[in-house]
Amino acid sequence: MSARAEPELRDIPGPSALGGGWRRALELLYLIAVTEFRRTYFGTVFGYLWSVARPLLLFGVLLAVFTQVFRLGSEVPQYPVLLLFNIVLISFFQEATGAAVTSLVAQEGMVRKTQFPRLVIPLSVVLTSLFNLGLNLVVVFVFVLAFGVTPVWTWLLLPLVLVALIVLTIAVSMIVSSLFPRFRDMAIIWTVASTVLFYASPVLYPIEKVPGGLRDLFLLNPIAPLLELARKWVIDPGAPGPLEVVGSAWALLLPLAIYVGICALAVWLFNREAPRIAEAL
Amino acid sequence: MVIEVQGVDKSFRIPEHRIDSIKERVAHPLTSMEYREHRALRNVSFDVRRGEFFGIVGRNGSGKSSLLKILASIYRQDAGRVRVAGRVAPFIELGVGFNVELTARENGVLNGVLMGLTRREALASLDAVLEFAELEDFVDLKLKNYSSGMMVRLAFAIMVQADADIMLIDEVLAVGDAAFAQKCMDVFYEKRRIGRTIVLVTHDMATVQALCHRAMVIDEGQVQYVGRPEDAAIRYYGLNFSDVEPEHAVGAGASVDVQVRVEHARLRDETGEPVEHLTAGAQIELDVVIEAARDLEAPQFLFQVRNADGLGVFEFDRRLDERVPAGQRVRLAGRIENRLVPGRYAVDCWVRQAPDGTGEVVQGLRLFHFVVDGVAPKNGVVSIWTDVEPVVEAVRVP
Repeated sequence: MSARAEPELRDIPGPSALGGGWRRALELLYLIAVTEFRRTYFGTVFGYLWSVARPLLLFGVLLAVFTQVFRLGSEVPQYPVLLLFNIVLISFFQEATGAAVTSLVAQEGMVRKTQFPRLVIPLSVVLTSLFNLGLNLVVVFVFVLAFGVTPVWTWLLLPLVLVALIVLTIAVSMIVSSLFPRFRDMAIIWTVASTVLFYASPVLYPIEKVPGGLRDLFLLNPIAPLLELARKWVIDPGAPGPLEVVGSAWALLLPLAIYVGICALAVWLFNREAPRIAEAL
Repeated sequence: MVIEVQGVDKSFRIPEHRIDSIKERVAHPLTSMEYREHRALRNVSFDVRRGEFFGIVGRNGSGKSSLLKILASIYRQDAGRVRVAGRVAPFIELGVGFNVELTARENGVLNGVLMGLTRREALASLDAVLEFAELEDFVDLKLKNYSSGMMVRLAFAIMVQADADIMLIDEVLAVGDAAFAQKCMDVFYEKRRIGRTIVLVTHDMATVQALCHRAMVIDEGQVQYVGRPEDAAIRYYGLNFSDVEPEHAVGAGASVDVQVRVEHARLRDETGEPVEHLTAGAQIELDVVIEAARDLEAPQFLFQVRNADGLGVFEFDRRLDERVPAGQRVRLAGRIENRLVPGRYAVDCWVRQAPDGTGEVVQGLRLFHFVVDGVAPKNGVVSIWTDVEPVVEAVRVP
């Protein structure tokens, strides 16, 4: 006979975004993310090298185009390092949100047959991309030092930018993943939107090169101030900060409001959809 | 009480014309999203007690699987209250939360954690899982390369090894070979013995009668009956007959009332001990006692033996040319020649009443299962004695 403590009757919550114990949610999150990360490179000859090689290859092409063809590179201090840094940061966002769209459907077996906090699925996608980001940042800093950028104390502020970027990525992942099961257009829409965001963010160019009127529009994009801050704090202390680019603190409230709005929408939407995801698949 | 369900309702909105994309929306701008409301469960209430083996039976689409998913917290009920005590391990739609892109090992750990184990516990139980499922050699194979039978075995093994307080099991016996079905039964008996709570959804009345302490019949989302497994089985058969074979249906007014009851039904070996396994060729000793719950006029007993595929292998009919008053018992015992090939068999008995020779069915009873041990041949349902020998014949050349 088993000598177990007799558990008490408890209301079962039904499926939800969170809930059902933190320990289990964290273990699941870690397990799914690690297996997915391993699986991506399983069976490939170069394995984890691809994680680093992909942004480096993109970097090589873009660097050639923007220093040899367009000559933009020569006007910006430390352009190659800046370009690589920006590519690594935006790739993290694109990769995570892109994989998140179909994530709930891809994990159909789990969602339809077991109970667990549904939020684990989009979070695990972001975590997988975060492993890639970690590897890539190591390479970035090798380049940063190799190109003679002097280490400054503001490097220590980089985690703030990263946290803000990760939170935004999670929020967008929650939105696109929760919409996809019922609205299959989301996959195509997000592919296009993601490309638009890539060019509308100061990745290939610094924000001050964008003409005035267009610049205000570009600055609505909450990723723009994040990239600019990363640039100022890590690569070029002389670069204008978001405040100087916008002109006033008031104008900076707008991307901030959009940022908060996206996060609020994500929480509301995912909470609303989570209980019915298993039925919508 | 480990499960308490009170007044649960669940509806699904089924789109009549599904609009999944903008293109369809543009193509049919005036089509509104029309939904049909399907009420899968209506005011369902029942309790399951600690250590109970609880059966849920019902026809396809009766709502039993939706109910199980609500108990497993996969669906959320629209109304009502569900309370559960302890850790729950679900086995639903013949599986657990598999990702076919992952290996058996990865899926094993992942699903162990999903069922409430820690990662360490899940890893530690992996060997036992693979041994039970007999898949040790395929541990690093991706599940997409598994056969459906292998996948069911792995899923069931993971669910069993998670050793939850409550197991919710949907139709595991419907698939797999005889040996695996027997293994499942062994697990059920073991879990029943050590006092785990099991909720089993099934079509197999023999399992219900053999294992369940209580059973519930559900039809069109409503609870029809909760109580003795024998009575539940009878009501379940009643539902099926009234639908499928109206002409053979139970007589008017009699519907699902209990007419006969199985006192006991089993096979015996030569010494008279009850057995569930026979060796191929060994004689079958049948021992069935049926009690009449009301007066039966010249009852007929039609025995049917079906194999695991549901095929009727043989049947025989016995008639009692007298009136059996209520409360009286009828014994049907004797020897049966055994030409069955190895495999799993079910024995049904149809009780008919033939006052005017029409042979109206009083009641169908699933009596029991048995297994003929041995290696089944590739083809054939019976083994027939033959005297055929190959001999080389000299051919005279002209």
